[in-house]
Amino acid sequence: MTDSWRQPRRILMLGLGILTAIFLVVPTLVVIPMSVTASTTLTFPPEGFSTQWYQKMLTDPSWSNGLAHSFQVAILTALIATVLGTLAALGLVRGRFPGKGIVNAIMLSPLIVPLIVVAVGMFLLYVRWKITGSLVGLVAAHVGLAMPFVIVTTSASLRTIDRNLEMAAQTLGAGPFRTFLRVTLPLASPGVLAGALFAFMTSWDEVIVAIFLGTVRFRTLPAVIWEQVNESIDPTVAAVSTTVLAVTTGVLLLALLVRRRQSAQ
Amino acid sequence: MTNGADQNGALVLPPALVLRDLAKSFGSTPAVDGVNLEVRSGEFVTLLGPSGSGKTTTLRVIAGLTTQSRGTVEIGGVDVTGFPPYRRNVGMIFQNYALFPHMTAAQNVAFPLEMRGVSRQMIEQQVANALALVRLENLGQRYPRQLSGGQQQRIALARAVVFNPRLLLMDEPLGALDKKLRDALQLELMRISRELHATVIYVTHDQEEALILSDRIAIFRKGRIEQLGTGADLYDRPLTLFVADFIGEANIFRGRYQTEPSGGWLVQDAGRWRVGSVAAGRVDLMNGAPAALVVRPERIRLDAEDVAWSSLSNATAAVVTTALYLGSMSKYELRLSEGGTVVVRQQTGIGGREYRPGDRVSISWPIADGLLVADAD
Repeated sequence: MTDSWRQPRRILMLGLGILTAIFLVVPTLVVIPMSVTASTTLTFPPEGFSTQWYQKMLTDPSWSNGLAHSFQVAILTALIATVLGTLAALGLVRGRFPGKGIVNAIMLSPLIVPLIVVAVGMFLLYVRWKITGSLVGLVAAHVGLAMPFVIVTTSASLRTIDRNLEMAAQTLGAGPFRTFLRVTLPLASPGVLAGALFAFMTSWDEVIVAIFLGTVRFRTLPAVIWEQVNESIDPTVAAVSTTVLAVTTGVLLLALLVRRRQSAQ
Repeated sequence: MTNGADQNGALVLPPALVLRDLAKSFGSTPAVDGVNLEVRSGEFVTLLGPSGSGKTTTLRVIAGLTTQSRGTVEIGGVDVTGFPPYRRNVGMIFQNYALFPHMTAAQNVAFPLEMRGVSRQMIEQQVANALALVRLENLGQRYPRQLSGGQQQRIALARAVVFNPRLLLMDEPLGALDKKLRDALQLELMRISRELHATVIYVTHDQEEALILSDRIAIFRKGRIEQLGTGADLYDRPLTLFVADFIGEANIFRGRYQTEPSGGWLVQDAGRWRVGSVAAGRVDLMNGAPAALVVRPERIRLDAEDVAWSSLSNATAAVVTTALYLGSMSKYELRLSEGGTVVVRQQTGIGGREYRPGDRVSISWPIADGLLVADAD
């Protein structure tokens, strides 16, 4: 009885769901067939099959440099943001000091402040410091953007740790530093690891700040794509986009895998 | 170290633990308010009291996990006030075990040895010994989550004793276990602490546990030690109404203390009871001071109504309201002719007859068995 009115509603829901999925996923996936086209223009559906655009991506210096720079910046950003973010989370969760709320808000502000505002501000400052178009400049900018993710995930992990464990470690002879290394950090590692992956992703596909701070000499991949799409419609863009997508998906899968292994433990 | 020799040349060991005027406030509320305690080496002392009485805070101050507001802590003759916990060389056991979940049982036990830079070989040997001590030598490779609550607490015990700490602190270690397991582990704790000649400070709110385990018990109340003594001291010679009521079952007659040429009396509105001279001499009470007479249920005798009373007993008529047969014992609740109720426990099967609700009886107890305490509140 209830099925009679539920059934059409279910079909409608299913249909809407599928449409939404298509709407969300297709623009992302459409670059994959386009990247293996034999044609010299970006067309859909692709004509023939060829890997020439991947070869071009790896050989054309403007693309291959962008790819290398993107990896450098993202890996360095992930490392630095994870170390700083973990320490910040430790202070914010465990510490007791005046103005903690304000410090917390400032640390997390890059999540809320419009990125374009941050980008303009950084651009004006970095020009004065002469670090635009450099590894240092981009990593510094991306660390600022990525740190909040590390702080959020690590704080969440730290809050689940039983304080008695740290106290037990201290009564057993471990000073604060060794307590952190041997007890706190291993137990917070799911959050730290998730934060590191988020930090990598933040830097890997960040485009606004990358455009502002990028120069011909030093640009990350998203900035190169942006420029190339504006200038010419070469299928290399599709190949590069597919590469970016593959790395992103890989990192996400890694995060999922880590999580599943931890919850299985 | 302040080891010295007495006049006879015998070595005098400093006390294992001395607390002097210890106090700790959280905000404006005092949790511990002037605790003094001296514990001999090898002694098992229990801090017993209701929750919020300051016993756990005292333990944490001894461990260095909480900093006191006032007073000093001396461990083995060394003033450790201001020492961080990792320099106090004190083993501690927590109610929730506090085993490191990312380490195996053996790694947990090895942890304090690693922190002390013990060589790998020595660690292996000492961990094996410690696991054997708690009879879990086969479970070293398991993670804490693969162990039962009782096993986890034994691993925690092994971890706390493996580095030969000068003091062993236990914060309601059996509180999370069920009754049967608790009884078994109590015996384990006794065996192990004796085997190691360990000095143990034990926190619990379970008086039975305290009586079983302890050489001496400190009754905590409102941040102070109300009374310190052996189980028998506290049960037979309580100094305050709180202690009398907290340890064991008690019939309490509240009133005023009165001295007369014929002796001491506890005077109530509806009647009065004679107080033994020993009991009266033990507490220093003014004539007319508020006081209470405490009589343990097993010290009261039940007789048929018409029995002749001895002049050395307090006695009165009563009516049985409840009768509970408990196997080796019978427990009666009675209403006194003066008003008020008392509880009486009688051993069954030694000639005493059984009574039923509604029976009229006489109750009596030797004057010397009535405990006089001050009734401060």
